[in-house]
Parts: sequence; C-alpha cells; structure tokens
Amino acid sequence: MAKVLMKGNEALAEAAIRAGCRAFYGYPITPQNEVPSYMAQNLPERGGVYLQAESEVSAINMVYGAAGCGVRVMTSSSSPGLSLKMEGISYIAAAELPCVIVNVMRCGPGLGGIHPGQGDYFQAVKGGGHGDYRLIVLAPASVQEMADLTFEAFDLADKWRNPVMILADGLLGQMMEPVKFSQKEPLAVEKPWATTGARGRRPNTVNTLDIVPESLERRNYALADKYSRIAQSETRWQEYKTEDADLLLAAYGTSARVARSAVDMARAEGLKVGLIRPISLWPFPSEPFERHHGKEFLVVEMSMGQLVEDVRLAVNGQGTVHFHNRLGGMVPTPREVLVKIKDILLGGEGQ
Amino acid sequence: MTEIIIAGFGGQGVLVMGQLLANAGMLEGKEVSWYPSYGPEQRGGTCNCSVVISAGEIGSPIVSEPDAVIVMNRPSLDRFEPAVKPGGILVYNTTLVDRAPERSDITAIGIPATAVADELGNSRIANMVALGAFLKASPVVSPESISRSLERVLSQRHHHLIPLNMQALERGRAYQ
Amino acid sequence: MKQVFQRPESLTDVQMHYCPGCTHGIIHRLVAEAIDDLGVRESAIGVASVGCSVFAYDYFNCDMQQAAHGRAPAVATGIKRVLPDRIVFTYQGDGDLASIGMAEIVHAAARGENITVVFINNAIYGMTSGQMAPTTLLGQKTTTTPQGRSIEANGYPIRVSELLATLDGAAYIERVSTHDPKHVRQAGRAIKKAFQTQLEGRGFALVEVLSTCSVNWGMTPQEALDWMRDNMVPYYPLGVYKDSARKEEAAHD
Repeated sequence: MAKVLMKGNEALAEAAIRAGCRAFYGYPITPQNEVPSYMAQNLPERGGVYLQAESEVSAINMVYGAAGCGVRVMTSSSSPGLSLKMEGISYIAAAELPCVIVNVMRCGPGLGGIHPGQGDYFQAVKGGGHGDYRLIVLAPASVQEMADLTFEAFDLADKWRNPVMILADGLLGQMMEPVKFSQKEPLAVEKPWATTGARGRRPNTVNTLDIVPESLERRNYALADKYSRIAQSETRWQEYKTEDADLLLAAYGTSARVARSAVDMARAEGLKVGLIRPISLWPFPSEPFERHHGKEFLVVEMSMGQLVEDVRLAVNGQGTVHFHNRLGGMVPTPREVLVKIKDILLGGEGQ
Repeated sequence: MTEIIIAGFGGQGVLVMGQLLANAGMLEGKEVSWYPSYGPEQRGGTCNCSVVISAGEIGSPIVSEPDAVIVMNRPSLDRFEPAVKPGGILVYNTTLVDRAPERSDITAIGIPATAVADELGNSRIANMVALGAFLKASPVVSPESISRSLERVLSQRHHHLIPLNMQALERGRAYQ
Repeated sequence: MKQVFQRPESLTDVQMHYCPGCTHGIIHRLVAEAIDDLGVRESAIGVASVGCSVFAYDYFNCDMQQAAHGRAPAVATGIKRVLPDRIVFTYQGDGDLASIGMAEIVHAAARGENITVVFINNAIYGMTSGQMAPTTLLGQKTTTTPQGRSIEANGYPIRVSELLATLDGAAYIERVSTHDPKHVRQAGRAIKKAFQTQLEGRGFALVEVLSTCSVNWGMTPQEALDWMRDNMVPYYPLGVYKDSARKEEAAHD
C-alpha cells in the first residue's frame, strides 16, 4: 500500500480500526476532534460501534463495559477530558480490562489552551486516578507512529490485560505527514474472563471491589508482579547519534522532533550531541541513561519539569541533568535548544 | 529543505494549498509535513499553515523562518513579511493587499489572485492562482504532482472542478 | 415429595449481607425470578452499582460487572452496544442513580438505551450509614440532616420516575412498592415487564422500587414497612408513568 498524507488524529483512528477496534466511545474536545469524527464516519460501516457519550465520565465507563465483554475498544480525549476519565481508568486498571485510551494533549492547567502541551506526563505515567496502578504509556513522535503505536497498543492491552494510553499532543494530532499502514494482523487473544452471558459455563464477574485486606493485598501484589513483567519486556526507546555523545538530549513526542533537529544543528557545528527518545513513557527506559552515566543530559519538554524527574531518577546523580522547556502551547524551536546545548558544552560562548 | 508558510482568511483555501504542496512533495518521494494554525472554529478568521518539503527527516513542522510565504490578505502580509528568510520569496494577493511589501532583501511577487480567479468565474480558486505564481518562482514540486494531488486533497464532490483548478494554477504560473 | 418453593436459578447460594428487615433481598429475588421466567439467565449481563447493593455481583447467578458510583447506565450502554442480543440490566440505589449518576441515567433514558434498570429508592444512603439521599423526604432525619431535611438547606426530593417519563427514549417506567405481599407481587410483575420491554427491543425500561432501610431509619422492620406505606407512597405515587407499548395499542383503537 502506498503512503497517504493524513492528519495524526486520522491516522491514529484508521490504525485503531485496522487493529480490530470495534467500539469507540468519546466526547468532543479540541485538539482531538478528528478522532471521533473519523470513527463516526468509518467504524459503523466496518462492523463497529460509535457512540458520542454525554461526558468523558460516561465515555470511559462505556469503555469499561465493552472492554469487560472482551471487545477491542477505545476512547479519545484531550487533557481536561482525561482528568474526568481518571476515575474510570483506575477501575479499568483494577479490573485488568484491555482498552486503548488516547490523550492528544493540550496545554493546562485548568481549561488552559488548545495548543500543544506535554503537561499530562505525570498524570499518565504516575497514576492520575486513585490507588496503585500503571498504564502502559506510548508516546508517538510522528504521524506514522500515531498509526503504528496505536495498532500496537491494542495488542499490548490484550496481551497484558491492561489499559494502554497513547500520549500524543495537539501538534502530532493536527499535523499531516505521509503514513503507510502495515498489513499486520492483530494479535488474537482468548478472553475466557469476559462477560458475554454465562452460556454453558460458570458466571464471569468484572469487579474491582475487594474489602478483605488479605485478599486485596494479594491482588495488589499480583498487579505489581504484572507491572514488573511489563517493565522487563515492553520498554521502548530510540537513540539518535548517542554513541560518542558528550551531551545526551532526552525528549519524547513533539519535543523529540525539535530535539532531533537541534542534534543535527549541533553536529553540523562539530558538537558531540545525541538524543534518547523514550517511546514507552511507562515503563520508562532507564537503561540508555544508565549506559551514559557520567555525561551531561538535557531534557527538552513542553511542561514544567515532569520528564526531567524520571531522567534524574535514571541518571541517579551520575551526571548533570539540564532542562529546557516551553509552556502554554509554545513549542520549542531547534534554534533555542541549540543555544542551550552550546551554553552547556561551551559555557557562555553559546549565547 | 524548503519551509513555506501560507496565510489568509478562513475560506480562502490556504489549508488546501498547503496540503497540495505537501501531497505533491510526497508523490515526488520527499519527506513532507503540514501543520495548520488551529483555534476555536471561526468562519472568516485568519488562518495559516506551515509546509516543509525536505530530502531528509523533518524535525519540527512549525516553520518560524520560512523560505517562502504566500499571503492572501493584508493581515497575513503584516504578520509574515518580517519572518521571510533573507533572499526568500513572498507571494502576495494584490487584490486584497493594499500595500506593497517593505522588505528589499526578498523577492516579492504581487499577483491579483482574486481578480484572476473572478475572471475565471470562481473567486474560490484564487488560492490556485497564487500557488501557480509561487511554483513559477520556486518550482519545489511539479504542476503534474499538484494535479494528481487535487484528486486526493479535494473531496469527491469537487473533482469536477479539478480542470478549473489546474487552469487557475497555469494562469498563476503564466502571470508576468 | 413435591417442592413448592426454591431459590431461583438466577440467584447464587451466597449468603446476602443485607440487614434484617431490608427489602433488597426480596427485590433481588424478584429480579432473579423475572430472569428465570423469561429464560434469559445465560444471556444476561448485570451491572452492580455502589451502595448497599454493591455486592449484587455475588448474588446474581449470571455474568456481572461492578460499576463505579453512578456509572452503571454508562457501563450497561457500553455492554449493550457491543452485545445487542444480550439482556443487560443495572441494579442501582437512589444515591447512585439520582445523585452522582443523574447524568448517566438521564442520557441512557434519552438515548432509549435498550436496557433494564432496577432502581431502589429507600430515601437514604444505607452503605455509608444513613446520610441524606436525593430522595430523602422533607423533614426526614438522617445523619447529615439531623434536624430533618429542610427546603431551605436541601431543596426538594427528586421524583425519578416522573422525571424520566418525560423523555421520549423511555419506553417503560413504573413505580412499585414492597410494603406488603400484594405490592411485592406487583413489583415482580413490573420488573418482569421491564425485562420484556428489552427483549422486545422497545428501549429504556426502569422500575423504581420503594424499599426500606429500617436500620438507618431507626425503626423495626415492621415500623419501616408501615412508614414507607404512610410517608413514601404519598410522595412517590405508585403506578405506570410510561408504557410505549400501551400507547401504541391505544393508537390502534
């Protein structure tokens, strides 16, 4: 199949349908509106269900219901909407229901703005909802990855019986790039636990309540064990020109595109700079940072210092972690990152 | 790498112009990106898009130092004229822009895009006239690729207008 | 020996946790009998809510999902839309349905979601030990209205059946009571009809069942049944508030 020029949001939606997504429940919010529109237009004629819910709260609980029936299901929203979904996400994680949740991040806090931001990093990777749970969080950095990682998200969700979040942003959702859809078949996973009607078997229950501490603690440890197995096998990242680098940039999503351009500009001036791009934000790829202990690091993000905390944990004091960010819907430019790079490597000469 | 900003009023087809350039670049085997300004929906508000056409991988799709700018109205000229790289190209729609560009370090090309479109019987194809003038000055993609891209970018119900769009593009390319 | 009374197949043999005198147990049985009578146990998927009936997933002998507080109609919608040939029901209390879950129930009804809702109205929060509910009567004392519910502070109790009956998507709405055997039998008929409504694909069906909470009302079980008859029934009149089938029949006359 030839490449087609598509918006990130549309490529994501198309990939979801190709991955076997058969239900989409959502609520309008900018800048992710192309996702529900694409679903409304295409999902019913390809054998799925599209429904606009009365709120993000309802949408995520519809996802809970459908996921509990073993159907591949997705919801999509943008930052303020994700805050509303957090209750449901905690329940979905607790019930170990596979589903895909998309956050096309805008800038906050509060109603904030509709331009790209990365301020929901903590919410996505540290919890967001109540209780101890983890989402697998994947961060695309191109329209191609909006498609590829969404397809993969459905397989991972089924494989691990865990919700998977696609953490994109308004720029990745709104921009167009060429995309080629893979002809891969979705992973086929048996779901004997699903509530489909107890025909010829004992009833199944999808439940998150367990008021006996001894029993709930066992469930918590079982979840923790699952999360550590996920961390062992599903950590993903990409390195760019890191081998001989004196300074390692760290960035994901849109910021990583900017950082990569800055790396090229710095290399053109003879500076040994590379980029570590986390693709799975949880589990976080600590390994490449550990391999470069003793060097300088520069985190580039569109938030107030969130990714930088995980980088510091991975660097663990074995190197200096610098920081550059833009906020409020502003996207850093490669040139301003280059200035920061020179500042670090050449002292004041970069200014 | 060519970085382009196209700007005008909503409804003047500036987003489509950008998509045509990006799609044509893709058909010619280049890396491309298109990124729109987006805001609360408003008919008639100003809008713009950034297009990057490159031999190599594209970093930020947001263009801040454009090699070329195409402006379809006065507010867009005021906003984007200062951004053009020295030696770059500025195409402006003289029908709706009531002043001449001030920069002397760029190539400014004025074309009465809306008036030419009106002559062709459809003021909504002014964008194609301006695009033609730009492609003459900077042949970053071929007219053939634009023609093929129209089939993809325009919805099916507008495909009967493709010959008229190409006619407008040619008028723009031929304008002296 | 002839067996004249037994546990419905749609109830498990798990011992219920309900307090002595509570009518939840009776209503569970009515739901189970309706499922048995219609022969839909193996295609039924129930949704338990948050409140005293939070453990309903242990008591109904069919596939069950346990929903977040107030969200059962959304969960049921998610289920019914992907498995339209299954029989999907929710079992919700007044705090769950008429307070925190008001948006979900109203929109499920407005969409004409083809599900069955069993709504238990006992005018109080039982599970959290006796706070004011949206259906608490004026003057009724609860732990959060120690002087009795006042209009000034708390406004008026919500009549859910009347409210939902105004929505075109609602196919069948009836309010019943459990204060004596005669009314219990009527409640059973209404619940069965609410499932039949779904089987016939007619859309949203809800049965509001007036129920007691003798412990949190501070009464003996018999006092609670009498109080319900004398105080709740007058404010929450029993009867059919919506029946689209009956309307269609009428139109044929």
